[in-house]
Amino acid sequence: MALLSFFGSGLSGFTIYLGQVSLLAWETFCSIFAGRIRFKLAVFQVAEIGYGSQLVVIVTGAFTGAVFTAQAYFQFAGLNMETAVGPVVTLSMFRELGPVLTGLMVAGRVGAAMSAEIGTMKVTQQIDALRALAVHPVDYLVVPRALGMLISMPLLVVECVGCGVLASYWVAVYVLNIEAVYFVINMQTFTDANDIAMSLIKGFVFANIIVFISCREGLNAKEGAVGVGRATTETVVICSLAILIANFFLTMFLNILFPAGQR
Amino acid sequence: MGDKSLISVRDLVQKIGQQEILRGFSLDVFEGETLVLLGKSGGGKSVFLRHLIGLMKPVSGEILFEGKDLTRMSERELVPIRRKIGMLFQDGALFDSMNVYDNVAFPLREHGEKREKSIRQRVEEALALVNMSGHEKKMPVNLSGGMRKRVALARAIISPPQVILYDEPTAGLDPIVADSINRLIRTLQTQLSVTSIVVTHDLTSCNRVADRVALLNEGRRHFYGTLEELGETDDVIVRNFVDGRSADDGE
Repeated sequence: MALLSFFGSGLSGFTIYLGQVSLLAWETFCSIFAGRIRFKLAVFQVAEIGYGSQLVVIVTGAFTGAVFTAQAYFQFAGLNMETAVGPVVTLSMFRELGPVLTGLMVAGRVGAAMSAEIGTMKVTQQIDALRALAVHPVDYLVVPRALGMLISMPLLVVECVGCGVLASYWVAVYVLNIEAVYFVINMQTFTDANDIAMSLIKGFVFANIIVFISCREGLNAKEGAVGVGRATTETVVICSLAILIANFFLTMFLNILFPAGQR
Repeated sequence: MGDKSLISVRDLVQKIGQQEILRGFSLDVFEGETLVLLGKSGGGKSVFLRHLIGLMKPVSGEILFEGKDLTRMSERELVPIRRKIGMLFQDGALFDSMNVYDNVAFPLREHGEKREKSIRQRVEEALALVNMSGHEKKMPVNLSGGMRKRVALARAIISPPQVILYDEPTAGLDPIVADSINRLIRTLQTQLSVTSIVVTHDLTSCNRVADRVALLNEGRRHFYGTLEELGETDDVIVRNFVDGRSADDGE
Protein backbone atom coordinates (compact mmCIF):
# COMPACT_ATOMS: atom_id res chain seq x y z
CA MET A 1 0.00 0.00 0.00
CA ALA A 2 2.83 2.38 0.93
CA LEU A 3 4.60 1.44 -2.30
CA LEU A 4 1.43 2.14 -4.29
CA SER A 5 1.00 5.53 -2.61
CA PHE A 6 4.69 6.33 -3.25
CA PHE A 7 4.35 5.60 -6.97
CA GLY A 8 0.96 7.38 -7.05
CA SER A 9 2.34 10.60 -5.61
CA GLY A 10 5.40 10.35 -7.85
CA LEU A 11 3.21 9.97 -10.93
CA SER A 12 0.92 12.85 -9.96
CA GLY A 13 3.96 15.05 -9.24
CA PHE A 14 5.43 14.16 -12.61
CA THR A 15 2.11 14.89 -14.37
CA ILE A 16 1.80 18.28 -12.65
CA TYR A 17 5.40 19.17 -13.56
CA LEU A 18 4.84 18.13 -17.17
CA GLY A 19 1.63 20.19 -17.22
CA GLN A 20 3.42 23.28 -15.90
CA VAL A 21 6.23 23.00 -18.45
CA SER A 22 3.70 22.40 -21.28
CA LEU A 23 1.59 25.39 -20.22
CA LEU A 24 4.66 27.60 -20.16
CA ALA A 25 5.60 26.37 -23.64
CA TRP A 26 2.04 26.95 -24.88
CA GLU A 27 1.94 30.48 -23.46
CA THR A 28 5.36 31.23 -24.96
CA PHE A 29 4.42 30.05 -28.45
CA CYS A 30 1.10 31.95 -28.23
CA SER A 31 3.09 35.11 -27.43
CA ILE A 32 5.54 34.46 -30.28
CA PHE A 33 2.73 33.92 -32.81
CA ALA A 34 0.89 36.98 -31.44
CA GLY A 35 4.02 39.01 -32.23
CA ARG A 36 4.86 39.92 -28.63
CA ILE A 37 8.56 39.67 -29.40
CA ARG A 38 11.27 41.97 -28.09
CA PHE A 39 13.79 41.62 -30.92
CA LYS A 40 16.62 43.35 -29.09
CA LEU A 41 16.34 40.93 -26.16
CA ALA A 42 16.04 37.94 -28.52
CA VAL A 43 19.23 38.95 -30.37
CA PHE A 44 20.97 39.39 -27.02
CA GLN A 45 19.90 35.85 -26.08
CA VAL A 46 21.17 34.43 -29.39
CA ALA A 47 24.53 36.00 -28.59
CA GLU A 48 24.42 34.79 -25.00
CA ILE A 49 23.41 31.22 -25.85
CA GLY A 50 24.91 30.75 -29.32
CA TYR A 51 28.08 32.82 -29.28
CA GLY A 52 28.68 32.26 -25.57
CA SER A 53 28.60 28.47 -25.94
CA GLN A 54 31.19 28.31 -28.74
CA LEU A 55 34.16 27.16 -26.70
CA VAL A 56 32.35 24.47 -24.73
CA VAL A 57 30.64 23.06 -27.84
CA ILE A 58 33.77 23.10 -30.01
CA VAL A 59 35.92 21.42 -27.35
CA THR A 60 33.24 18.84 -26.55
CA GLY A 61 32.64 18.00 -30.22
CA ALA A 62 36.30 17.89 -31.19
CA PHE A 63 37.50 15.72 -28.33
CA THR A 64 34.54 13.36 -28.54
CA GLY A 65 35.18 12.88 -32.26
CA ALA A 66 38.89 12.38 -31.61
CA VAL A 67 38.56 9.85 -28.80
CA PHE A 68 35.76 7.98 -30.55
CA THR A 69 37.94 7.69 -33.65
CA ALA A 70 40.85 6.32 -31.66
CA GLN A 71 38.64 3.81 -29.85
CA ALA A 72 36.90 2.70 -33.05
CA TYR A 73 40.29 2.28 -34.73
CA PHE A 74 41.61 0.11 -31.89
CA GLN A 75 38.58 -2.17 -32.23
CA PHE A 76 38.37 -2.24 -36.03
CA ALA A 77 42.10 -2.62 -36.69
CA GLY A 78 42.03 -6.23 -35.51
CA LEU A 79 39.37 -6.97 -38.16
CA ASN A 80 41.17 -5.01 -40.90
CA MET A 81 38.24 -2.60 -41.05
CA GLU A 82 40.11 0.64 -40.28
CA THR A 83 38.42 2.46 -43.14
CA ALA A 84 35.02 1.97 -41.46
CA VAL A 85 36.09 4.39 -38.74
CA GLY A 86 35.03 7.43 -40.81
CA PRO A 87 31.37 6.49 -41.35
CA VAL A 88 30.95 5.03 -37.87
CA VAL A 89 32.19 8.19 -36.18
CA THR A 90 30.34 10.53 -38.55
CA LEU A 91 27.03 8.69 -38.25
CA SER A 92 27.33 8.54 -34.48
CA MET A 93 28.20 12.21 -34.26
CA PHE A 94 25.29 13.25 -36.45
CA ARG A 95 22.63 10.94 -35.05
CA GLU A 96 23.49 10.68 -31.35
CA LEU A 97 26.61 12.21 -29.90
CA GLY A 98 26.41 15.67 -31.47
CA PRO A 99 22.86 16.53 -30.37
CA VAL A 100 23.07 14.82 -26.98
CA LEU A 101 26.44 16.23 -25.96
CA THR A 102 25.51 19.71 -27.15
CA GLY A 103 22.22 19.43 -25.24
CA LEU A 104 23.97 18.38 -22.05
CA MET A 105 26.61 21.10 -22.37
CA VAL A 106 24.07 23.83 -23.11
CA ALA A 107 21.83 22.62 -20.26
CA GLY A 108 24.79 22.89 -17.89
CA ARG A 109 26.02 26.24 -19.13
CA VAL A 110 22.94 28.13 -20.29
CA GLY A 111 20.04 26.31 -18.60
CA ALA A 112 21.61 26.70 -15.16
CA ALA A 113 22.32 30.40 -15.79
CA MET A 114 18.76 31.02 -17.04
CA SER A 115 17.26 29.32 -14.04
CA ALA A 116 19.52 31.20 -11.61
CA GLU A 117 18.84 34.58 -13.25
CA ILE A 118 15.07 34.19 -13.39
CA GLY A 119 15.03 32.55 -9.94
CA THR A 120 16.95 35.49 -8.43
CA MET A 121 14.50 37.90 -10.05
CA LYS A 122 11.65 35.88 -8.57
CA VAL A 123 12.93 35.83 -4.99
CA THR A 124 13.91 39.52 -5.04
CA GLN A 125 10.43 40.55 -6.24
CA GLN A 126 11.75 41.77 -9.62
CA ILE A 127 9.23 39.56 -11.41
CA ASP A 128 6.45 41.04 -9.26
CA ALA A 129 7.80 44.48 -10.23
CA LEU A 130 7.58 43.47 -13.91
CA ARG A 131 3.97 42.40 -13.41
CA ALA A 132 3.17 45.55 -11.46
CA LEU A 133 4.58 47.57 -14.37
CA ALA A 134 2.07 45.83 -16.67
CA VAL A 135 4.69 43.63 -18.35
CA HIS A 136 3.93 39.93 -18.69
CA PRO A 137 6.93 37.91 -17.39
CA VAL A 138 6.52 35.29 -20.13
CA ASP A 139 6.72 37.96 -22.84
CA TYR A 140 9.70 39.70 -21.29
CA LEU A 141 11.71 36.81 -19.86
CA VAL A 142 10.73 33.56 -21.56
CA VAL A 143 9.99 34.54 -25.17
CA PRO A 144 13.44 36.06 -25.89
CA ARG A 145 15.17 33.12 -24.21
CA ALA A 146 13.05 30.60 -26.12
CA LEU A 147 13.80 32.31 -29.44
CA GLY A 148 17.49 32.55 -28.60
CA MET A 149 17.62 28.88 -27.69
CA LEU A 150 15.54 27.62 -30.64
CA ILE A 151 17.72 29.55 -33.11
CA SER A 152 21.06 28.76 -31.47
CA MET A 153 20.73 25.12 -30.53
CA PRO A 154 20.44 23.52 -34.01
CA LEU A 155 23.41 25.65 -35.13
CA LEU A 156 25.42 24.59 -32.09
CA VAL A 157 24.62 20.94 -32.83
CA VAL A 158 25.87 21.34 -36.39
CA GLU A 159 29.00 23.03 -35.08
CA CYS A 160 29.59 20.25 -32.55
CA VAL A 161 29.17 17.57 -35.21
CA GLY A 162 31.39 19.46 -37.65
CA CYS A 163 34.17 19.81 -35.11
CA GLY A 164 33.78 16.14 -34.16
CA VAL A 165 34.11 15.02 -37.79
CA LEU A 166 37.08 17.29 -38.44
CA ALA A 167 38.83 16.06 -35.30
CA SER A 168 38.03 12.50 -36.32
CA TYR A 169 39.58 13.08 -39.76
CA TRP A 170 42.69 14.60 -38.21
CA VAL A 171 43.19 11.75 -35.73
CA ALA A 172 42.37 9.07 -38.31
CA VAL A 173 44.61 10.44 -41.08
CA TYR A 174 47.50 12.10 -39.26
CA VAL A 175 47.72 10.07 -36.05
CA LEU A 176 46.42 6.62 -36.97
CA ASN A 177 47.55 6.71 -40.63
CA ILE A 178 44.24 5.75 -42.22
CA GLU A 179 44.15 6.67 -45.91
CA ALA A 180 42.41 9.99 -46.25
CA VAL A 181 40.65 9.02 -49.44
CA TYR A 182 39.04 5.93 -47.88
CA PHE A 183 38.02 7.89 -44.81
CA VAL A 184 36.29 10.56 -46.91
CA ILE A 185 34.72 8.27 -49.51
CA ASN A 186 33.32 5.87 -46.91
CA MET A 187 32.05 8.79 -44.87
CA GLN A 188 30.27 10.23 -47.92
CA THR A 189 28.86 6.83 -48.88
CA PHE A 190 27.31 6.10 -45.52
CA THR A 191 26.01 9.54 -44.54
CA ASP A 192 23.33 11.65 -46.20
CA ALA A 193 20.80 14.43 -45.59
CA ASN A 194 18.72 12.14 -43.32
CA ASP A 195 21.50 12.19 -40.74
CA ILE A 196 21.71 15.97 -40.86
CA ALA A 197 17.90 16.26 -40.56
CA MET A 198 17.91 13.94 -37.54
CA SER A 199 20.64 16.00 -35.94
CA LEU A 200 18.79 19.28 -36.45
CA ILE A 201 15.43 17.92 -35.24
CA LYS A 202 17.03 16.54 -32.10
CA GLY A 203 18.76 19.88 -31.53
CA PHE A 204 15.43 21.68 -31.85
CA VAL A 205 13.65 19.31 -29.45
CA PHE A 206 16.47 19.53 -26.88
CA ALA A 207 16.32 23.34 -27.16
CA ASN A 208 12.67 23.21 -26.11
CA ILE A 209 13.44 20.87 -23.25
CA ILE A 210 16.25 23.08 -21.91
CA VAL A 211 14.56 26.45 -22.22
CA PHE A 212 11.16 25.52 -20.79
CA ILE A 213 12.50 23.44 -17.91
CA SER A 214 15.03 26.17 -17.02
CA CYS A 215 12.45 28.95 -17.15
CA ARG A 216 9.87 26.90 -15.24
CA GLU A 217 12.42 26.21 -12.49
CA GLY A 218 13.40 29.89 -12.31
CA LEU A 219 9.82 31.16 -12.26
CA ASN A 220 8.94 28.73 -9.46
CA ALA A 221 11.99 29.45 -7.29
CA LYS A 222 11.14 30.09 -3.64
CA GLU A 223 12.81 30.76 -0.33
CA GLY A 224 15.73 33.04 -1.21
CA ALA A 225 19.25 31.98 -2.11
CA VAL A 226 18.62 28.36 -1.09
CA GLY A 227 15.65 28.19 -3.43
CA VAL A 228 17.65 29.64 -6.33
CA GLY A 229 20.42 27.10 -5.70
CA ARG A 230 17.87 24.30 -5.63
CA ALA A 231 16.22 25.50 -8.85
CA THR A 232 19.60 25.67 -10.60
CA THR A 233 20.60 22.17 -9.54
CA GLU A 234 17.22 20.76 -10.49
CA THR A 235 17.43 22.45 -13.89
CA VAL A 236 20.69 20.70 -14.75
CA VAL A 237 19.56 17.32 -13.42
CA ILE A 238 16.08 17.37 -14.96
CA CYS A 239 17.29 18.76 -18.32
CA SER A 240 20.05 16.14 -18.53
CA LEU A 241 17.70 13.27 -17.71
CA ALA A 242 14.99 14.59 -20.02
CA ILE A 243 17.49 14.92 -22.89
CA LEU A 244 18.79 11.38 -22.43
CA ILE A 245 15.31 9.87 -22.16
CA ALA A 246 13.85 11.94 -25.01
CA ASN A 247 16.85 11.00 -27.15
CA PHE A 248 15.97 7.31 -27.00
CA PHE A 249 12.37 7.89 -28.08
CA LEU A 250 13.44 10.39 -30.74
CA THR A 251 15.94 7.91 -32.14
CA MET A 252 13.29 5.20 -32.36
CA PHE A 253 10.75 7.54 -33.95
CA LEU A 254 13.08 9.48 -36.26
CA ASN A 255 14.66 6.27 -37.51
CA ILE A 256 11.28 5.49 -39.09
CA LEU A 257 11.23 8.86 -40.85
CA PHE A 258 14.94 9.06 -41.59
CA PRO A 259 16.22 5.47 -41.65
CA ALA A 260 19.93 4.85 -41.26
CA GLY A 261 21.87 2.48 -43.48
CA GLN A 262 19.30 2.29 -46.31
CA ARG A 263 21.84 2.56 -49.10
CA MET B 1 -10.06 64.52 -2.17
CA GLY B 2 -13.24 63.16 -3.73
CA ASP B 3 -16.15 61.33 -2.13
CA LYS B 4 -16.30 58.71 -4.86
CA SER B 5 -14.95 55.29 -3.95
CA LEU B 6 -12.19 54.38 -6.42
CA ILE B 7 -11.29 51.04 -4.89
CA SER B 8 -13.76 48.89 -2.97
CA VAL B 9 -12.56 45.80 -1.19
CA ARG B 10 -15.24 43.41 0.00
CA ASP B 11 -14.82 40.46 2.39
CA LEU B 12 -11.33 39.57 1.27
CA VAL B 13 -10.12 36.20 2.54
CA GLN B 14 -6.60 34.93 2.01
CA LYS B 15 -4.81 31.90 3.40
CA ILE B 16 -1.14 31.05 3.21
CA GLY B 17 -0.76 27.39 4.05
CA GLN B 18 -3.06 26.76 6.99
CA GLN B 19 -2.79 30.33 8.28
CA GLU B 20 -5.66 32.68 7.54
CA ILE B 21 -4.01 36.05 6.76
CA LEU B 22 -7.10 38.04 5.78
CA ARG B 23 -10.47 37.13 7.30
CA GLY B 24 -13.10 39.08 5.44
CA PHE B 25 -11.23 42.37 5.11
CA SER B 26 -13.28 45.25 3.63
CA LEU B 27 -12.16 48.77 2.77
CA ASP B 28 -13.08 51.75 0.58
CA VAL B 29 -10.46 54.04 -0.90
CA PHE B 30 -11.67 57.39 -2.21
CA GLU B 31 -10.36 59.23 -5.24
CA GLY B 32 -7.46 61.59 -4.49
CA GLU B 33 -7.01 60.59 -0.83
CA THR B 34 -4.04 59.08 0.95
CA LEU B 35 -5.12 56.11 3.00
CA VAL B 36 -2.68 54.65 5.49
CA LEU B 37 -3.12 51.03 6.45
CA LEU B 38 -1.60 50.36 9.85
CA GLY B 39 -1.03 47.01 11.45
CA LYS B 40 1.46 44.78 13.18
CA SER B 41 4.44 43.36 11.30
CA GLY B 42 3.42 40.10 9.66
CA GLY B 43 -0.25 41.02 10.03
CA GLY B 44 -1.08 40.79 6.31
CA LYS B 45 -0.76 44.43 5.22
CA SER B 46 1.65 43.72 2.37
CA VAL B 47 -0.37 40.67 1.37
CA PHE B 48 -3.42 42.92 1.13
CA LEU B 49 -1.53 45.47 -0.97
CA ARG B 50 -0.41 42.78 -3.42
CA HIS B 51 -4.06 41.86 -4.01
CA LEU B 52 -4.80 45.44 -5.11
CA ILE B 53 -2.58 45.07 -8.16
CA GLY B 54 -3.44 41.45 -8.88
CA LEU B 55 -0.13 39.97 -7.71
CA MET B 56 -2.10 37.58 -5.49
CA LYS B 57 -5.52 36.04 -5.89
CA PRO B 58 -7.72 35.81 -2.78
CA VAL B 59 -9.51 32.69 -1.59
CA SER B 60 -12.73 34.70 -1.70
CA GLY B 61 -13.96 38.28 -1.76
CA GLU B 62 -13.79 40.98 -4.39
CA ILE B 63 -11.73 44.06 -5.24
CA LEU B 64 -13.55 46.57 -7.41
CA PHE B 65 -11.45 49.12 -9.29
CA GLU B 66 -13.50 51.42 -11.52
CA GLY B 67 -16.32 48.90 -11.16
CA LYS B 68 -14.27 45.92 -12.41
CA ASP B 69 -13.46 42.98 -10.15
CA LEU B 70 -9.69 42.49 -10.21
CA THR B 71 -9.89 39.10 -8.53
CA ARG B 72 -11.58 37.56 -11.57
CA MET B 73 -9.15 38.91 -14.16
CA SER B 74 -6.42 36.94 -15.91
CA GLU B 75 -2.83 38.16 -16.00
CA ARG B 76 -3.33 39.65 -19.48
CA GLU B 77 -6.66 41.30 -18.56
CA LEU B 78 -4.90 42.98 -15.64
CA VAL B 79 -2.38 44.75 -17.92
CA PRO B 80 -4.52 47.87 -18.64
CA ILE B 81 -5.46 48.10 -14.94
CA ARG B 82 -1.83 47.88 -13.87
CA ARG B 83 -0.95 50.79 -16.14
CA LYS B 84 -3.17 52.92 -13.89
CA ILE B 85 -1.66 51.65 -10.63
CA GLY B 86 1.94 52.16 -9.57
CA MET B 87 3.56 50.22 -6.76
CA LEU B 88 6.55 50.94 -4.56
CA PHE B 89 7.89 47.64 -3.23
CA GLN B 90 9.37 47.42 0.24
CA ASP B 91 12.96 47.04 -0.99
CA GLY B 92 12.39 48.86 -4.28
CA ALA B 93 12.58 45.72 -6.46
CA LEU B 94 14.76 47.53 -8.98
CA PHE B 95 16.00 45.46 -11.92
CA ASP B 96 19.55 44.71 -10.87
CA SER B 97 20.80 44.20 -14.45
CA MET B 98 19.91 47.80 -15.37
CA ASN B 99 21.30 51.12 -14.17
CA VAL B 100 19.12 53.81 -12.56
CA TYR B 101 18.33 55.48 -15.90
CA ASP B 102 17.20 52.25 -17.58
CA ASN B 103 15.16 51.24 -14.52
CA VAL B 104 13.22 54.50 -14.58
CA ALA B 105 12.91 54.48 -18.38
CA PHE B 106 11.66 50.87 -18.35
CA PRO B 107 7.88 51.55 -18.16
CA LEU B 108 8.11 54.14 -20.95
CA ARG B 109 10.02 51.82 -23.28
CA GLU B 110 7.75 48.89 -22.49
CA HIS B 111 4.65 50.94 -23.21
CA GLY B 112 5.87 51.90 -26.65
CA GLU B 113 7.81 55.16 -26.30
CA LYS B 114 10.53 55.07 -28.96
CA ARG B 115 11.86 58.66 -28.92
CA GLU B 116 14.99 58.60 -26.78
CA LYS B 117 14.89 62.40 -26.35
CA SER B 118 11.43 62.27 -24.81
CA ILE B 119 12.43 59.30 -22.61
CA ARG B 120 15.52 61.17 -21.38
CA GLN B 121 13.50 64.27 -20.56
CA ARG B 122 10.86 62.35 -18.61
CA VAL B 123 13.45 60.27 -16.75
CA GLU B 124 15.26 63.46 -15.72
CA GLU B 125 12.00 64.99 -14.53
CA ALA B 126 11.04 61.89 -12.52
CA LEU B 127 14.50 61.64 -10.95
CA ALA B 128 14.45 65.35 -10.09
CA LEU B 129 11.10 64.88 -8.35
CA VAL B 130 12.63 62.24 -6.05
CA ASN B 131 15.90 64.16 -5.62
CA MET B 132 17.95 61.56 -7.46
CA SER B 133 19.34 63.65 -10.33
CA GLY B 134 22.94 62.82 -11.19
CA HIS B 135 22.70 59.16 -10.21
CA GLU B 136 21.53 57.91 -13.63
CA LYS B 137 24.57 55.72 -14.35
CA LYS B 138 24.66 53.95 -10.98
CA MET B 139 23.66 50.31 -10.65
CA PRO B 140 21.06 49.41 -7.98
CA VAL B 141 23.65 47.45 -6.01
CA ASN B 142 25.59 50.69 -5.46
CA LEU B 143 22.62 52.57 -3.99
CA SER B 144 21.58 52.86 -0.35
CA GLY B 145 18.16 51.62 0.81
CA GLY B 146 16.66 55.11 0.71
CA MET B 147 18.07 55.82 -2.75
CA ARG B 148 16.72 52.53 -4.07
CA LYS B 149 13.28 53.42 -2.74
CA ARG B 150 13.40 56.85 -4.37
CA VAL B 151 14.49 55.40 -7.72
CA ALA B 152 11.70 52.82 -7.46
CA LEU B 153 9.28 55.64 -6.77
CA ALA B 154 10.52 57.52 -9.85
CA ARG B 155 9.93 54.33 -11.86
CA ALA B 156 6.42 53.98 -10.42
CA ILE B 157 5.42 57.56 -11.28
CA ILE B 158 7.08 58.09 -14.66
CA SER B 159 3.88 57.09 -16.46
CA PRO B 160 1.65 59.06 -14.10
CA PRO B 161 -0.59 56.49 -12.38
CA GLN B 162 -4.03 57.05 -10.95
CA VAL B 163 -3.17 55.12 -7.80
CA ILE B 164 0.15 54.51 -6.04
CA LEU B 165 0.59 51.67 -3.56
CA TYR B 166 3.41 52.08 -1.06
CA ASP B 167 4.66 49.00 0.77
CA GLU B 168 6.44 50.14 3.95
CA PRO B 169 7.97 53.22 2.26
CA THR B 170 9.96 54.31 5.33
CA ALA B 171 10.95 50.92 6.78
CA GLY B 172 14.64 50.67 7.56
CA LEU B 173 15.40 54.29 6.69
CA ASP B 174 16.98 56.93 8.90
CA PRO B 175 14.57 59.67 10.10
CA ILE B 176 15.82 62.26 7.61
CA VAL B 177 15.46 60.02 4.54
CA ALA B 178 12.14 58.74 5.92
CA ASP B 179 10.95 62.34 6.18
CA SER B 180 12.01 63.05 2.58
CA ILE B 181 10.00 60.00 1.45
CA ASN B 182 6.96 61.23 3.42
CA ARG B 183 7.27 64.66 1.80
CA LEU B 184 7.46 62.97 -1.59
CA ILE B 185 4.26 61.04 -0.96
CA ARG B 186 2.53 64.31 -0.12
CA THR B 187 4.09 66.12 -3.09
CA LEU B 188 2.93 63.40 -5.47
CA GLN B 189 -0.58 63.61 -4.07
CA THR B 190 -0.74 67.38 -4.53
CA GLN B 191 1.20 67.59 -7.83
CA LEU B 192 -0.13 64.52 -9.63
CA SER B 193 -3.50 64.21 -7.78
CA VAL B 194 -2.92 60.52 -7.26
CA THR B 195 -4.80 58.30 -4.84
CA SER B 196 -2.32 56.69 -2.46
CA ILE B 197 -2.47 53.65 -0.23
CA VAL B 198 0.39 53.46 2.24
CA VAL B 199 1.04 50.31 4.20
CA THR B 200 3.18 50.98 7.25
CA HIS B 201 3.61 50.53 10.98
CA ASP B 202 5.48 53.84 11.22
CA LEU B 203 3.18 56.29 13.02
CA THR B 204 5.34 59.32 12.20
CA SER B 205 4.88 58.53 8.53
CA CYS B 206 1.18 57.97 9.11
CA ASN B 207 0.79 61.38 10.77
CA ARG B 208 2.65 63.08 7.93
CA VAL B 209 0.78 61.64 4.96
CA ALA B 210 -2.62 60.24 5.98
CA ASP B 211 -6.03 61.65 5.08
CA ARG B 212 -7.67 58.52 6.40
CA VAL B 213 -6.36 55.60 8.44
CA ALA B 214 -7.35 51.94 8.67
CA LEU B 215 -6.01 49.43 11.17
CA LEU B 216 -5.68 45.80 10.18
CA ASN B 217 -5.88 43.47 13.16
CA GLU B 218 -6.19 39.69 13.13
CA GLY B 219 -7.00 39.79 9.40
CA ARG B 220 -9.94 42.18 9.80
CA ARG B 221 -10.42 45.94 9.59
CA HIS B 222 -10.42 47.02 13.19
CA PHE B 223 -10.46 50.80 12.75
CA TYR B 224 -11.28 53.12 9.87
CA GLY B 225 -11.37 56.89 10.18
CA THR B 226 -9.48 60.16 9.98
CA LEU B 227 -6.27 61.03 11.81
CA GLU B 228 -8.31 63.01 14.36
CA GLU B 229 -10.58 60.04 15.01
CA LEU B 230 -7.51 57.83 15.42
CA GLY B 231 -6.15 60.21 18.04
CA GLU B 232 -9.45 60.38 19.94
CA THR B 233 -10.55 56.74 19.97
CA ASP B 234 -10.59 54.78 23.25
CA ASP B 235 -10.43 51.40 21.57
CA VAL B 236 -7.83 49.33 23.44
CA ILE B 237 -6.28 47.68 20.40
CA VAL B 238 -5.94 50.99 18.55
CA ARG B 239 -4.58 52.75 21.65
CA ASN B 240 -2.06 49.95 22.26
CA PHE B 241 -0.86 50.27 18.68
CA VAL B 242 -0.77 54.08 18.62
CA ASP B 243 0.90 54.36 22.04
CA GLY B 244 3.30 51.53 21.31
CA ARG B 245 2.15 49.29 24.19
CA SER B 246 2.21 45.51 24.05
CA ALA B 247 -1.12 43.89 25.06
CA ASP B 248 0.33 42.28 28.20
CA ASP B 249 1.55 45.56 29.72
CA GLY B 250 -1.38 45.40 32.10
CA GLU B 251 -1.96 49.13 32.10
